[in-house]
Amino acid sequence: MHDVVITGYGLLASNGERGDIAGYPIFKHEPVEFETQIAKKSDLRQMDAWQRIGVYAAGLALDMAGVKGNAEQLSKMHMIIAAGGGERDTAVDALILNGIKQIDNAGAYLNTSLMSELRPTLFLSQLSNLLAGNISIVHGVIGSSRTFMGEELAGIDAVRIATDRIKAGQGEIFLVGGSYNADRPDVIMLYTSNGQLKKGDHAGMTLGSVGAFLVVESREHAVKRGAKPLAQIQSVYSDRLAGDVNHALNSLYTKANVARDTPVISSSSQAPKFAKAEKNFFKHALYDAADRIGHSMEAAFPAAICLGVQELHMHKSLVIAGLGHQVGEGLAHLTAEI
Amino acid sequence: MKVVVTGLGLVTSLGEGVQDNWAALSKGKSGIHTITRFPTNGLKTTICGTVDYIFNEPKSAPDLTQEMALRAGREALSQSGINGDFPGPLFLGMPPVELEWPDRINMSRDINGEIDYIALIRAAESGKFAHLGTKFIFGQIGINLSDALKTKGAPISMSTACATGATAIQMAVEAIRRGETEAAIAIGTDGSASPESLIRFSLLSALSTRNDDPTKASRPFSKDREGFVMAEGAAALVLESYEHAKARGAKILGVVEGCGEMADSFHRTRSSPDGKPIIGCMVNALNDAGLHADQIDYVNAHGTSTPENDRMEYVGMSAVFGARLATLPVSSNKSMIGHTLSAAGAIEAVFSLLTMQNSLIPPTINYETPDPAVPLDVVPNIARHASVSRVISNSFGFGGQNVSLIFARDV
Repeated sequence: MHDVVITGYGLLASNGERGDIAGYPIFKHEPVEFETQIAKKSDLRQMDAWQRIGVYAAGLALDMAGVKGNAEQLSKMHMIIAAGGGERDTAVDALILNGIKQIDNAGAYLNTSLMSELRPTLFLSQLSNLLAGNISIVHGVIGSSRTFMGEELAGIDAVRIATDRIKAGQGEIFLVGGSYNADRPDVIMLYTSNGQLKKGDHAGMTLGSVGAFLVVESREHAVKRGAKPLAQIQSVYSDRLAGDVNHALNSLYTKANVARDTPVISSSSQAPKFAKAEKNFFKHALYDAADRIGHSMEAAFPAAICLGVQELHMHKSLVIAGLGHQVGEGLAHLTAEI
Repeated sequence: MKVVVTGLGLVTSLGEGVQDNWAALSKGKSGIHTITRFPTNGLKTTICGTVDYIFNEPKSAPDLTQEMALRAGREALSQSGINGDFPGPLFLGMPPVELEWPDRINMSRDINGEIDYIALIRAAESGKFAHLGTKFIFGQIGINLSDALKTKGAPISMSTACATGATAIQMAVEAIRRGETEAAIAIGTDGSASPESLIRFSLLSALSTRNDDPTKASRPFSKDREGFVMAEGAAALVLESYEHAKARGAKILGVVEGCGEMADSFHRTRSSPDGKPIIGCMVNALNDAGLHADQIDYVNAHGTSTPENDRMEYVGMSAVFGARLATLPVSSNKSMIGHTLSAAGAIEAVFSLLTMQNSLIPPTINYETPDPAVPLDVVPNIARHASVSRVISNSFGFGGQNVSLIFARDV
């Protein structure tokens, strides 16, 4: 069994920046010069917001780990990315929806409108695996490229699989993380449909634009290349025990064999279904990541780990844990490097 | 740790079930047809390998994607002889999920005046569309399948574009190898044919427009190939450690000997012109299996029928197999079933295993005009009897995704 250490992280998230879509609050990421991580204008033009956010945060993580531009390391670096995708051209959607109301043959109208209005490259900013694809192109990570889908669980399992593969010797160095753009009216619409979002007095999720990436590797590998471990990942567990929040989280604490009074950062989505019980379970938490940077679905768990690494100068041992907004739960146990 | 296959399931445009699919495939039958499921007026491509026999009425992509996966999964489980709770996780390769036009149009019916997303959000607030928030999230299909197939723990859903199905198998193999589980189900499924999905590929000039003669449209490695034909389908494999399968007396259908991958940083939709990532991917699979290239008897090609893919796959295979490539059988199932996208890697894995079991190599149909730039033994038009003990199956995708899997007939 190999020790798994974090040698770099990149977090692009709100630094107090807030926004609003149709009365629904969101967290915006702090403004940055994307060119500092994505040098080519042609690359920037090909990406939509979620990809820019992710490629930027991935670059920060590679920089901190000291592997940016290191072809030897990047050519064997495995990539596991948690992604949604599907950013829409909202103007084209609106144009078609308005037009279709006036037309008898809706199918033909939809086809011809999409043929003439869609940008050919839009597809490439919608495909889930094209965040990974862009990271390969911009940063040269080519050992392998896998994209997990499925909201919070995708982010949890991305970190879990990377950790377990390193432990078992199935790879030495990984780039793992995700990104999310909350500044999208189409996702606000989707999560509004079943009342998931906070608005006024209605409790719920506040979405946040976040890019969160970690460079994780075996301790031997980090030592060999002279990198400084920032934290050790002891273990990551995920499951999908539906229903009882206490049961689900207690089960993860038992699997990880970690004490309940270990300091914790909650990665709770704050969705209505679980928020109260989660808040109660984590009543001694240092804080809820979502209170600081919003909830970022696939990126939420990697982001909470990035925040956790920043806390490890204060704590020897730290838990990151929480439930998905509809399903799934995860826990990571980090320890400080002394 | 040896990982073996003990159950197979298939759904394609050729039919449902392993038996029907193999019968059709070995006769060189095509499942490609003119689209009738949705209006095609104004589309450049009006043919597809849609799976239309599952539902009587048009359903959403998540519905079809899930139902095909479920049927393939049940068939594979039934063959494996594992009943009740499945002793391992589900690795699910599937297309990205998104809200669809019928739902968008339905929501906009409630709006008086100008329609924009702010108005749509107001319509969504009514609560009348609450089911959309569950149906169109990315994780739901995996959860539903995991419930139905009684798999353990959190299912992992993934996308590596057109290599997705192969990645699902690779993930399962790795989990078994590291001792995390004794068994796993790997599924690749894709029921995402729709006007918008066709248009997206059309705008990238990726699709065949040979609309007049659908069964002739997919012609991998032919000189007159001009694009792939989109298609739907699903495949499932029950994978186990050899010890686990042996202990319970299961019939072993084949071995997954090696998995290889390598990402390409050249371009979003094109392969590196030197073929290095494709070569590296196949070499990694051979190394993982501990084999030499001359131990491979047959290549189940990615063979999409696009000018670029088939040429680059040839370049890659030339480097890996050398002079032997001239006599090595290489065929593309996509000539018959089209390109099943997220399902392709898993469907073609099942066909690879059936090829070995039946000592019959399925043909590349529509091979009428050989391409002198791609001189291959494509097993033209008619299946060929041959003893095959090892297959390499390639899957390559947009975003620089490359995965190769090596299957063996004998333990």
